[in-house]
Amino acid sequence: MSDARRSKAAHIRHLLETEGDAVAANTRGFNQGRYDAVADLEDYEELKREARGIKEAAIERLPELVEEVTETVEENGGTVYLAEDAADANRYIREVVADCDADRLVKSKSMTSEEIEVNDTLERDGVDVVETDLGEWVLQLADEAPSHIVAPAIHKSREEIARLFEHWFDLEEPLETAEELTAFASDRLGELIADADVGMTGANFISADSGTLMLVTSEGNARKTAVVPDTHVAVAGVEKIVPSVEELAPFIELLAKSGTGQDLTSYVSFLTPPTASPVVAFDDPDTPLADREDDRAFHLVLIDNGRMAMREDEHLRETLYCIRCSACANTCANFQSVGGHAFGGETYTGGIATGWEAGVHSYESAASFNDLCTGCSRCVEACPVGIDIPWINTVVRDRVNRGGEHDRFDFLVEGLTPDEEPGGIDLQKRLFGNYETLAKVGSATAPLSNWLAGSAPVRRGLERIAGVDHRRDLPTFARETFRDWFDARGGSRIDAANADREVVLYPDVYTNYIDVDRGKAAVRVLEALDVHVRVPPVPESGRAPLSQGMIATADERASAVYAALAEHVDAGRDVVVIEPSDLAMFRADYERLLPQASFDRLNEASYDILEYVYGLLEHGADPSALRTGNDNDALAYHSHCQQRTLGLGGYTVATLERLGYDVVTSDVECCGMAGSFGYKREYYELSMDVGDHLRQQLTTAETRDRLVVASGTSCGDQLESLLSRNAHHPVEVIDPARADVSNPDRTDIRSNR
Amino acid sequence: MHSEHRPPLERFTAALDDLECGVTRTTRSELPAVLESVVDPPAVGVPLESVAADVSIPSWIDTDPTPATLEAATTGVTPAVLGIADYGSVLIPERPAGAEPVSLFPDTHVAVLEASAIVPDVRTAVDRLAPRLRRGESAILATGPSATADMGALVRGAHGPKHVHVIVLEDADTGDTGVENSNAGDIEEVHT
Ligand code: SF4
Repeated sequence: MSDARRSKAAHIRHLLETEGDAVAANTRGFNQGRYDAVADLEDYEELKREARGIKEAAIERLPELVEEVTETVEENGGTVYLAEDAADANRYIREVVADCDADRLVKSKSMTSEEIEVNDTLERDGVDVVETDLGEWVLQLADEAPSHIVAPAIHKSREEIARLFEHWFDLEEPLETAEELTAFASDRLGELIADADVGMTGANFISADSGTLMLVTSEGNARKTAVVPDTHVAVAGVEKIVPSVEELAPFIELLAKSGTGQDLTSYVSFLTPPTASPVVAFDDPDTPLADREDDRAFHLVLIDNGRMAMREDEHLRETLYCIRCSACANTCANFQSVGGHAFGGETYTGGIATGWEAGVHSYESAASFNDLCTGCSRCVEACPVGIDIPWINTVVRDRVNRGGEHDRFDFLVEGLTPDEEPGGIDLQKRLFGNYETLAKVGSATAPLSNWLAGSAPVRRGLERIAGVDHRRDLPTFARETFRDWFDARGGSRIDAANADREVVLYPDVYTNYIDVDRGKAAVRVLEALDVHVRVPPVPESGRAPLSQGMIATADERASAVYAALAEHVDAGRDVVVIEPSDLAMFRADYERLLPQASFDRLNEASYDILEYVYGLLEHGADPSALRTGNDNDALAYHSHCQQRTLGLGGYTVATLERLGYDVVTSDVECCGMAGSFGYKREYYELSMDVGDHLRQQLTTAETRDRLVVASGTSCGDQLESLLSRNAHHPVEVIDPARADVSNPDRTDIRSNR
Repeated sequence: MHSEHRPPLERFTAALDDLECGVTRTTRSELPAVLESVVDPPAVGVPLESVAADVSIPSWIDTDPTPATLEAATTGVTPAVLGIADYGSVLIPERPAGAEPVSLFPDTHVAVLEASAIVPDVRTAVDRLAPRLRRGESAILATGPSATADMGALVRGAHGPKHVHVIVLEDADTGDTGVENSNAGDIEEVHT
């Protein structure tokens, strides 16, 4: 195993041990809060569409808006500086701070100011820089970086904070409760704010028509920071501008709900500086506020730092729509386990951080954590401005791949693989990206391949050369593929002429070469409902290469799949897919890879197998032709992440219930496996930690005796290793030919035939 | 949560209840007595004329605060010019006399609001706010007390007040002036 891989694994393990629990508790709380809060919104989807529309239009007009806001703020009596990059911004801020002879600058948490590292710059000039957000102040004392966009110190436990205060301050009594710690911190910070010379804030939004900064906080520190001293410096990325005040409304609604699950944060400040609020000069304690005649100074430092270039980049552009609510991080199963110190670059963290880091820092910074995105797509649904975050991650991964160094093992895959990628891609990625080729060879050479895959020297080699963790069971290849089985039985048993419908059952790689049984079950289920089934040769969907960032290869596969299916679609046949991650290619990812018309046609013609069964039953098919539930058929169902994002999990549950099964559903975001992710040496522990949450849900008194059912291949594999119970695809459960199950524990329900 | 069929005032007070904020519905003439009961002296305040020209603040509340009296005060009383029924939020406009610090420094913030200034939702509030901001003014939309969860559990009161109490005046349309308040809910303010 490479040193990089080993040290990454060690870093993740360390974070799991030290920060994992606190991060898990907080992010899961926020995430649940988000679900609850948006459920209260009557027109959530409409609000999201509106929010996205505003951002799209604003970024489109950005250069104009920068000009407009500059004019407005200057008319109001402030100054605007458009900084090209971090150094330029810092140079300007240093001048402002030096001009007012400031000894202390107080700050309200701002990621943009973290991005330019203004603290370091000012501290080098001898300015005392104090973060006033309580969490951020804790991190300042601990000399650490934020681990979350909204709640920077969620990785710190109360006890750790107490120890930190004890270390730094001469406390009369030890501080224990959250109330005591908060009171201490706010007293202390209150004093520091009282004699600060400059206040620095960020801005969540800026309206060009009024020059108003909208600041969203719960503590009130932004208000104090901006208003107590007579000089206010606001630092904001240019992308924060919206044309007018009215356009702030949807964001006010969405920000807090998406971030922490609050309806609104305690304070939404609309500051139009220089404000008319009197300076609070504690060094002049007896002059009434109303009598003060201070000249307030206001500087708006608008930061480009790569953003205008992102705007020109068709893939990174969407990053600029981000309102930094953190929903993508909170919903991310990997983030929930390991937090922002693994899932972030120099400044930004969470799902969208890859886009930000690639845009404002470097691909190197983005690459350091980009692979933690498994492409599960749960964040897509969570994002209030509908950013396709996994796609941004894939694009960055692809660009990182292309900048890679040639590997001494390149030759191993070069001759063997049909991919479209240049040399230099990480061997591990290439291996997983060419999974179809592997499966083909593995199946053709089974049982030798299976024996080899189980042998210790081969496993050691795989781990060393390609980073495939030795603790994972590798899939067992079937000697007879699903398609061979189908052909050997003479095709469909339902005559096309008499059939109600005709279906092309997509022979995904896993069904075709490995879990042939679920393919057989799918054929029997469809035939039981009077469907004529075809299983033509169709290549791998491109999911495998796409998840490794091999976009050119995925693109080529998409075309090949479409070519193989187009005639069937034209003939009015429905395309039915067993594996949800492949269906997600047809229904979502192909929009990026195929011409629009081709995407539309395939999208409309394709179905999840249980969604299809649901539809057949709704249209009058006879459910008694399927294996219906009885008293022993209590199921514990884990949907699949991409299936949930597509809104399809409900069909499986509804169908199973209709057929008389008693179904309990897990609500964790992800099983932690997500295809190749859990096989990789550096992510094995993380994947098991994520899975542990699912394991707990499936081993309660209510669930532990239930038959485990999962829609996704990788989910099923992961569940089997987490639970030591077999996991089955739902189509196998309703297979009319399946064997009886008396004790689901460790019982296989494969068919009798 | 949003039961649109309930009148805005009821939704507003219910939302404040959910936020564990105090709320008192009263009239102009009762206001001094209500203030006596909810305000803990020493108190600072800013004039209430922006609620309505005929509403004044009792003299025992210091309306000419200095940094020293601000720091010593346990309660700050300010006008609010808008309420949002959905969330129990109040909009506090900045005042040269110091509404921002008065509503922020003391442990308790008491906001005085006309019932007719309660609007149903955020969008209406922002629409009403927009002209004010475009005139160069600032305002704070406050929802419940200051809060933080940074120290391991949710705590009320971080950099701002621990308690919030909203006093709603319900006799706007029959005020002492006898002038019908046709601007109900509008937040054009009388500068003082
Ligand atoms: S990408 Fe979307 S979900 Fe993530 S922080 Fe930005 S706006 Fe929020």
